[in-house]
Amino acid sequence: MLSKTIIAAAAATLTAFVAGQAMAGAKLDAIKARGEILCGVSTGLAGFSIADSQGKWTGIDVDVCRAVAAALFGDGNKVKFVPLSAQQRFTALQSGEVDVLSRNTTYTQQRDTALGLNFTGVTYYDGQGFMVAKKTNVKSAKELGGATVCVQPGTTTELNLADWGRANKVAFKPVVIEKLEEIEQAFFSGRCDAYTTDASGLAATRASKAPKPDDYMLLPEIISKEPLGPAVQHGDDQWADLIRWTFNALVEAEEYGITAAKVEEMKKSDNPGIKRLLGVTPGLGKNLGVSEEWAANAIKAVGNYGEMYERNVGKGSPLKLDRGLNALWNAGGIMYSPPVR
Amino acid sequence: MSIDQTLPGSLAPEDKANLQAAAGAPEAIVAPPGGTGGPVLWMRKNLFGSLRDSIITVLLGAVLLYVGWGFFKWAVIGATWTAQTADACRANAGGACWAYLVEKAPFMLYGTYPFEERWRPTIVSLLIIAMLVSSCDRRMWNWRLAAMWVVGFAVSWILMFGGVFGLPYVETGLWGGLPVTLILSVVALAAAFPMAILLALGRRSNMPAIKALCVGFIELIRGVPLISLLIMASVMLPLFLPEGVTIDKFLRALVAFSLFAAAYLAEVIRGGLQAIPKGQYEAADALGLSYRLKTQMIILPQALRLVIPPLVNTFIGFFKDTSLVYIIGIYDLLTAGESAVKDPAWRGFANETYLFLAAVYFIFCFSMSRYSQYLERDLNKSHRR
Repeated sequence: MLSKTIIAAAAATLTAFVAGQAMAGAKLDAIKARGEILCGVSTGLAGFSIADSQGKWTGIDVDVCRAVAAALFGDGNKVKFVPLSAQQRFTALQSGEVDVLSRNTTYTQQRDTALGLNFTGVTYYDGQGFMVAKKTNVKSAKELGGATVCVQPGTTTELNLADWGRANKVAFKPVVIEKLEEIEQAFFSGRCDAYTTDASGLAATRASKAPKPDDYMLLPEIISKEPLGPAVQHGDDQWADLIRWTFNALVEAEEYGITAAKVEEMKKSDNPGIKRLLGVTPGLGKNLGVSEEWAANAIKAVGNYGEMYERNVGKGSPLKLDRGLNALWNAGGIMYSPPVR
Repeated sequence: MSIDQTLPGSLAPEDKANLQAAAGAPEAIVAPPGGTGGPVLWMRKNLFGSLRDSIITVLLGAVLLYVGWGFFKWAVIGATWTAQTADACRANAGGACWAYLVEKAPFMLYGTYPFEERWRPTIVSLLIIAMLVSSCDRRMWNWRLAAMWVVGFAVSWILMFGGVFGLPYVETGLWGGLPVTLILSVVALAAAFPMAILLALGRRSNMPAIKALCVGFIELIRGVPLISLLIMASVMLPLFLPEGVTIDKFLRALVAFSLFAAAYLAEVIRGGLQAIPKGQYEAADALGLSYRLKTQMIILPQALRLVIPPLVNTFIGFFKDTSLVYIIGIYDLLTAGESAVKDPAWRGFANETYLFLAAVYFIFCFSMSRYSQYLERDLNKSHRR
């Protein structure tokens, strides 16, 4: 009797294990059945995912998940945000605690392969830059030889700085400070000649912490590539497709000039591309396994990519970041969507 | 000096009183002669006793005044009390921005709990604090205490989760701020305390299996940092579970905290058990009491009383340790504060944030410490001279 129970239990475990693997392709169905998306975000990063004074999540990473929820369920609020620390983010995805990691994660080969993630695209192109006081008259990072540079330890930022200095024969004196508040204090009090971190972070610091923001400038050199994007687990291909094309639809919408307010109006357009995107000409929704209104709903929920950008990190936000690399491909940037057709 | 001068009848009245006081007569407590009390004399004796003391006093006083004045200027004179946006505060760089706290303190206290439902965690926090305060009253130390906590927990549960009586359901992922800190510490300690008593008794047991089990558990848990237990619970555990099966993150943290607290409290309680003289055990045995009765009636009441200071010390340490859940992305008081500092609209008021958080933690820890002092005095009346 006992041995029978053990065998049954073992068989059940085995079945569950095998089923688990076979079911991985059916992630999208599991999410549909659950009725909401579990979206892993950071515990607080200005402009990307942060809770506002009312406890509501805002930011680009957050809006990506809202857009996907709108595409899938027709309602941008059918998403549950799970704040994750840097340590837990990948296991949270692997263990199924979240469906998608939208947590300012840099898209790298190692993460895409060895960690078993599938990145669905790049939602924000970031890169490491330098900030100096204008009165130093430094116009390029190559003139920083012998200068003290404030940098946070333990990140790729510190390694990038050392690599770039060696490659360009510029001898920096790094001043390593752990806490963000302290490093900003050190830079603005003149302890360091320059401060290096991701360009978005530099701009945010300048906007909110500089005594006079106009006294400081970012140098033109961007010394690393930090493409940030959402990731899902290997094997969740249909689910990855939905995220990828929802985001692409937002970029495409900006190219067509479709804003959140103008979605219904644009449905009357004669442009066949717009008609396909907004589901007037059916087909694209069926390919993804969602309603034909998917892109229209996503745009209505968060706006097109440009609106999303300006609201969270651009002109409409306290961060006041330029579009830079994140401008559309036909406007001087590299934000480019494959044809949504 | 003649003989009669030494007789009591010839003494001055105050000398007589002094003699009586020396002889231990209770009614003869005599005020010191004039000029030997009061703050002026105290200062002369303790602060300006010698030239060196005087110099040190003056120097330290000057430093204190300087620092105190600087803080006062920052916190009161130059402070911005009301402002609609952070720009008003940034323009006034030399002073504190209390407008920031007006804007952000509710967020630090409630985290990401839905805005419209914030009255629920408010009630839960007040309820827990009220229960803690009334538990401090020794007249409550009977079945009423247990009943109150059971009812209190049930009400808190319903309020926090909702989903019944028309309250919208709020999952633990949205909980944040003070209620999270309170629930984590109170529930974990409540769960850990009975466990700790059993572990402490088990460690002193004569049965080898039980003893080994208890020693193994205590040493294993105590031998690793709390943070590694939390990471085990939040990062490793989900990997061992079959896919699709997830245990609530908050619950996992709560269990990790309870285990950790149990191991530490067990060692504290064991210290109390060891301090009970052997005669007490033997006397209980001689009365024919069973192990259960002996422990319950004789040993534990004495042992627990002895370990009140270290127990409270552990409680206080533990209350602050809950802030480590930062590492696993739970929005406790500290995490919510750190998030508030980073909000782009109100970015960069770290001093105000940490002062506020420190004040909240201090109020709780200081009350616990004062209460333990009172309790010690009250329970140890028999030991005092």
